[in-house]
Amino acid sequence: MSEPLLCVRNLNIDIPVGGGTLHAVRGIDFELQRGEVLSIVGESGSGKSLTSLALMGLLGKRIDRRADRMDFDGIDLTRAGKRQMRALRGDRMSMIFQEPMTSLNPAYTIGDQLAEALLLHRNVSRQQARDRAVELLEKVGITAAASRLGQYPHQLSGGLRQRVMIAMALMCGPELIIADEPTTALDVTIQAQILRLLVDLVREMDMAMILITHDLGVVARVADKVAVMYAGELVETGSAGAIFNAPSHPYTRGLLRCIPLPGRTARGAPLGTIPGIVPSLVGEIGGCVFRTRCDHAVAACHGAIPHRGEADHMFRCVHPHGHREDEETPA
Amino acid sequence: MLQFILKRLGLAVLVAFTVSFISFSLLFLSGDPAAALAGEGASGEDIEALRTLYGFDRPMLVQYGDWLFSALRGDFGESYYFKLPVATLIAERLTVTMLLGLCGITFALVTAVPLGVAAAIRPNSLIDRIALFLSVAGQAMPSFWFGLILIVVFAIKLGWLPPSGAASWRHFIMPTIVLGYYAMPAIMRLTRAGMLEVLNSDYIRTARAKGAPEVQVLFKHALRNAIIPVVSLAAVQMGFMLGGSIVVESIFALHGAGYLAWESIGRNDLPTVQALILIFSMFYIVFTFLADVLNAWLDPRMRSS
Ligand SMILES: Nc1ncnc2c1ncn2[C@@H]1O[C@H](COP(=O)(O)OP(=O)(O)OP(=O)(O)O)[C@@H](O)[C@H]1O
Ligand SMILES: [Mg+2]
Repeated sequence: MSEPLLCVRNLNIDIPVGGGTLHAVRGIDFELQRGEVLSIVGESGSGKSLTSLALMGLLGKRIDRRADRMDFDGIDLTRAGKRQMRALRGDRMSMIFQEPMTSLNPAYTIGDQLAEALLLHRNVSRQQARDRAVELLEKVGITAAASRLGQYPHQLSGGLRQRVMIAMALMCGPELIIADEPTTALDVTIQAQILRLLVDLVREMDMAMILITHDLGVVARVADKVAVMYAGELVETGSAGAIFNAPSHPYTRGLLRCIPLPGRTARGAPLGTIPGIVPSLVGEIGGCVFRTRCDHAVAACHGAIPHRGEADHMFRCVHPHGHREDEETPA
Repeated sequence: MLQFILKRLGLAVLVAFTVSFISFSLLFLSGDPAAALAGEGASGEDIEALRTLYGFDRPMLVQYGDWLFSALRGDFGESYYFKLPVATLIAERLTVTMLLGLCGITFALVTAVPLGVAAAIRPNSLIDRIALFLSVAGQAMPSFWFGLILIVVFAIKLGWLPPSGAASWRHFIMPTIVLGYYAMPAIMRLTRAGMLEVLNSDYIRTARAKGAPEVQVLFKHALRNAIIPVVSLAAVQMGFMLGGSIVVESIFALHGAGYLAWESIGRNDLPTVQALILIFSMFYIVFTFLADVLNAWLDPRMRSS
């Protein structure tokens, strides 16, 4: 296998809070090949956004990020200086955020904001930057693109703004695009539309993508790889096929039970939910973080949790098959 | 945009009329102008003669119309005290006041905005504390007190600057500092608060995600938005300063319009007081209107509302 585009080993993110230190992300490992789509799933607060912001070097000053390795195309991001990170951001790696309504600067036209993304990294004229902006606005399906350049964000709907954000992220033709719940804030009717657009563009332009989403249906359709996060840890990771066909961690199985999947969930079957709440991540954390909500919890769950499986499908659980041996494999 | 400006302009004119009427009638409410004009010990006949001479016996609305119409042509009548046209009298002093106001607001802006930005970039840092101290001191210290300290230190002890008068630019340094320092705390606090809020916004994160250098993030993306309310405040304060520089003008014996107003009130010089009140309020209205226009120009969202 060729050198991965992105390689993360033992990523930890600590946030100082009132009562001590919030260990928001702990010991994350993953890899991403060029042109691959990795989907990070997990419930709210599991550290998905922090992980992506860490890759972009966009965590706040107070937040402490440590990793054994964090390489982007051979560049060691853990040692990269501000200047080097800035050169990468928006050029070779870019990000689309969850909040299209507030992610554009209200004081500048979208033409200016799109052009800026290119002008920051390429030695081109303003006119060339504007031409590129029109080209990308057309690509993201905005009609009368040239006439949109003079419009301000407040004149556009949420869906249009998110299309603009996507266009902006693509201005320099990045190799990696991180989309953090890009459609959550949008109307249900246009969510699918925008997501399909994004995925098509990623395939067309041969980019790698990290797609953070709550929509497992989308994951099943577009992801090559899936990483399941729970309370700051990666509990299971593997190819999309492996995760959907043989979910091993009790949390992953719980998640999959929560959503109706065409062909997998019987029509009218009740949706599963995972009872319980996420433990506090402030202070020392030992053992399996999911044990308080797990049907399969045993005494050993308080101890060290082994990594199981092979490189293309790994999970962390004391049980060799993700469940107590005396039970049969849940469907 | 044009529609917005016209709307605001209409509003400003409306306010101007109201204010002019109030400033006109306030002086009538403060007593009998004919008696005031005649002075103490004048006989009833003298007062009546003056009343007819100056037209105080006509209906108030007629007098107002007359006064306003003349005022619009720049004729504010004759000063009771100087026996000179009020317009000539004021024109001379207004230059000094406007110059002082302009210097004052400039001084306030060039000190307050950078301080506010620096304080917002590093909250609770040394610079933030210094800024806080300066703004608290500025609000707590009366202008006349601060002015006197400056005179004692820089004019008397060190002899660097002239203590009073308006003969050269050096005469304006201390008055500018005192007047500007009066406006500085509010501008600084608004800049700091605005920057803190804007720096936490999603579009700043977007700018960083694009790879914009920090300077560009701070000034092009953040300050551009945070400065909008500051511009309005500064314009309104400028309006205030033009009418409110009375104290500063008195301390430094700058013979400006504020000083003239102060003296004219004492002398019962009604036409002069009326004209000054009108002019001061017009300044206020004009600058508030300018603040709105600037606001719209800076904030695209305002233009369409
Ligand atoms: N700046 C911060 N200060 C304090 N706590 C933070 C900060 N940023 C994130 N956290 C905490 O870290 C945890 C992980 O946050 P993160 O935003 O990465 O979650 P997420 O998986 O993206 O959730 P969601 O699906 O809701 O977006 C949460 O518990 C959150 O409260
Ligand atoms: Mg998030």
